[in-house]
Amino acid sequence: MNKILAVAGVVIRELYRRKDFYVLFILTALMTLLLGGVNFFNDEQIVGYLKEFCLLLIWISALVIAVTTAARQIPAERENRTIFPLLAKPIARWQVLTGKFAGCWLAAGVALVVFYAFFGTVIATRERTFPVADYFQAGWMHWQMLGIVIAMVLLGSIVLSTPAANVTIMFIVALGILFVGRYLNTVAVRMDEPSSSIVYTLYYVIPHLEFFDLRKRLVHDWPLVEWKYIGLATLYAWAYIAVFLLGSFALFRRKALN
Amino acid sequence: MPAILRIENLRVEYRTRELRGSTRLALKQLNLSVNAGEVFGFLGPNGAGKTTTMNVLLGYVNPTAGNAYLFDVNVREPIARQRIGYLPELTYYYKFLTAEELLRFYARIFEIPRAEVESRIDRLLKLVELDHARKRPIRTYSKGMQQRAGLAQALINDPDLLLLDEPTSGLDPLGRMKVREIIQRLKNEGKTVFFSSHELGEVETVCDRVAILHQGELKEEGRVDELVRKYECNLEQVFLKVVGYQQQS
Repeated sequence: MNKILAVAGVVIRELYRRKDFYVLFILTALMTLLLGGVNFFNDEQIVGYLKEFCLLLIWISALVIAVTTAARQIPAERENRTIFPLLAKPIARWQVLTGKFAGCWLAAGVALVVFYAFFGTVIATRERTFPVADYFQAGWMHWQMLGIVIAMVLLGSIVLSTPAANVTIMFIVALGILFVGRYLNTVAVRMDEPSSSIVYTLYYVIPHLEFFDLRKRLVHDWPLVEWKYIGLATLYAWAYIAVFLLGSFALFRRKALN
Repeated sequence: MPAILRIENLRVEYRTRELRGSTRLALKQLNLSVNAGEVFGFLGPNGAGKTTTMNVLLGYVNPTAGNAYLFDVNVREPIARQRIGYLPELTYYYKFLTAEELLRFYARIFEIPRAEVESRIDRLLKLVELDHARKRPIRTYSKGMQQRAGLAQALINDPDLLLLDEPTSGLDPLGRMKVREIIQRLKNEGKTVFFSSHELGEVETVCDRVAILHQGELKEEGRVDELVRKYECNLEQVFLKVVGYQQQS
């Protein structure tokens, strides 16, 4: 565990020493602040739209941080050849990968805590409430979703030849699942065989990232989701994370490094 | 003396990209052993198979046949590398880290007790004369400083065996002398050093035994003084004779 945490520590250290992370972070914070502060014709309902837009911004920023950070981990280790002195130590390849995953996931988690805390504070100035449990549920689910995406991107970084290709493909896959994943079964019903079976299989195989999207609940002040469903969704996310990481271990174990 | 590095019938084949499916033989039936406390020079022209052997010992490449052991543990097991230190030819470290952060990171990989880590870092940074630059990112270091930081990371676990891949390559004469002094000091402390080098004068100065590899085969192995006596010439000429170099008249 110590070895995994050591690798994770280096990932986090690298992230906070990079300038692009701060640029994205400050941009999101600034836009949230500006939107949270505007007042159109004293219309209180406008707050709902602003919340929706700010949350969308947080989702996009967090996804960009998660995908770009995870995508460069293994390729950068190979390109800079830092993988060689690292693997010359008593550390297995699966520990390196798990450390990379843990580092990216923790970094994404820290970014989410800051984003949601900032968003909550800005909204609290308008609505005079700070529903901690709602924000915790939304942030937690968001973090689990990012865990799946990071594990998927790490797998992609071993299979695909360049980080750019990986980033592009993973953005398309993640956004595709978020936007159309839930409708695949309805589409399959209207199709002929064998396309119908293929789309149905796809519907059951893909990780349904949309399960983790609780933005509407925050925007419309809906009641909390029952905690048992949060627990089930967490297990669902962990199962997909495990599958993607196991796939990565299997491929990385046999991967030639030079 | 017990052999702490043992290579048995090692064979490594690589698939070539040019002709799909065809293979290139990098090492054939290599047998070698290095005893505790020895400084062992691993010599050979470019493409002889030195790097491949190093790659097998470090677990980067799996052998096609045969086995290699470090401290009687098969190199396929990561734990075989618990008591070794490795210094690559070029410096490949996280440039955004400072020297002390780099050493702390590797110390965690070796699971060195926290109480011991800081004193080891202090001692090593003094040894490699980087104490003044310990809080600067490695990217700001000169090449010699980076190589010395590499030497410090190779020693963080107080290894019993050091694998050095052309440790003085690209260094100025002063840098070379410092590295050579450190190797000599390690030898006096009873450490085992296995290093590949093209600097035959340096090898002759510091090595007890050498092995000469050519086209994936072990051509000669023995004590430096015995080889010099046997061939009646210095180590450089021994090397040239063994690899079949014919001087044009």
